[in-house]
Amino acid sequence: MRTVDSDLELLTRLREGDEEAFVMLVGRYQQAMLRLALAYVPSRAVAEEAVQDTWMGVVKGIELFEGRAAFKTWLFRILINRARSAGTREQRHAARELHHAVDPIRFDVNGQWADPVERWSDDSEDRLEAATWGPALQSGLEHLPPRQRQVVVLRDMEGLSGDEVCNLLDISVGNQRLLLHRGRTRLSEVLEAHIAKA
Amino acid sequence: MLSLRKDIVCQEAVELVTDYLEGTLSRRSRRRFEAHVRACPNCAAYLEQIRITIELTGSVEPEDLTPEARTDLTELYRRWRSE
Repeated sequence: MRTVDSDLELLTRLREGDEEAFVMLVGRYQQAMLRLALAYVPSRAVAEEAVQDTWMGVVKGIELFEGRAAFKTWLFRILINRARSAGTREQRHAARELHHAVDPIRFDVNGQWADPVERWSDDSEDRLEAATWGPALQSGLEHLPPRQRQVVVLRDMEGLSGDEVCNLLDISVGNQRLLLHRGRTRLSEVLEAHIAKA
Repeated sequence: MLSLRKDIVCQEAVELVTDYLEGTLSRRSRRRFEAHVRACPNCAAYLEQIRITIELTGSVEPEDLTPEARTDLTELYRRWRSE
């Protein structure tokens, strides 16, 4: 079995000027960083610039990483700072969103499901083949409002904790949960539509 | 008999799913939510859908860097180090 170098091992090598370690680190985080940057800036080109700036910051400032937080958290913090200053001024507060994440049209007047909800676990193995749901999810993610996308990428793709995300994005615990709720709800709808077509 | 207990309907239950999974519901709300899901196959299926969604979102695989990208990166790295 191939062992995967930990971030800390790669960082140690990076401090010694190891090029391969650098390429490996970039490979590991490039896509997550692009996804995150795209939630702040209007175009892919600007996002790529912010990501590249971040890596430059890492290479030149590697001594500044003290290892108190996980490398990933440190990296994302630099990226968010760069992306924020590169992006259009983000609104401090998300626009007041509607009360429901799940479309009220799906419920009857008594608040009960109008149509049965499909069970995915029975045959989802077959219908949810990786080759097809991957792109559907990616595209669903790209269409999420920026704040929801930021939270979903960090929580569900990168596995950060709720506290870490609140801290990184400077949002309240309740807001974080609300954004996560809306984001996940939307992505489940994307998958549902995808499964219905399959 | 007078009861303080109020059952929730599906439309309320689905909006509690994330709080439930995050473990932030009060004990009473959690019990109410779980009781509803036990009794309601649609909401049970919905909860399952959200769980699967989270799992799939977490397993989107990053693509490997192209050889060109690797070369570019190595050049950038050398430049940054020498600046």
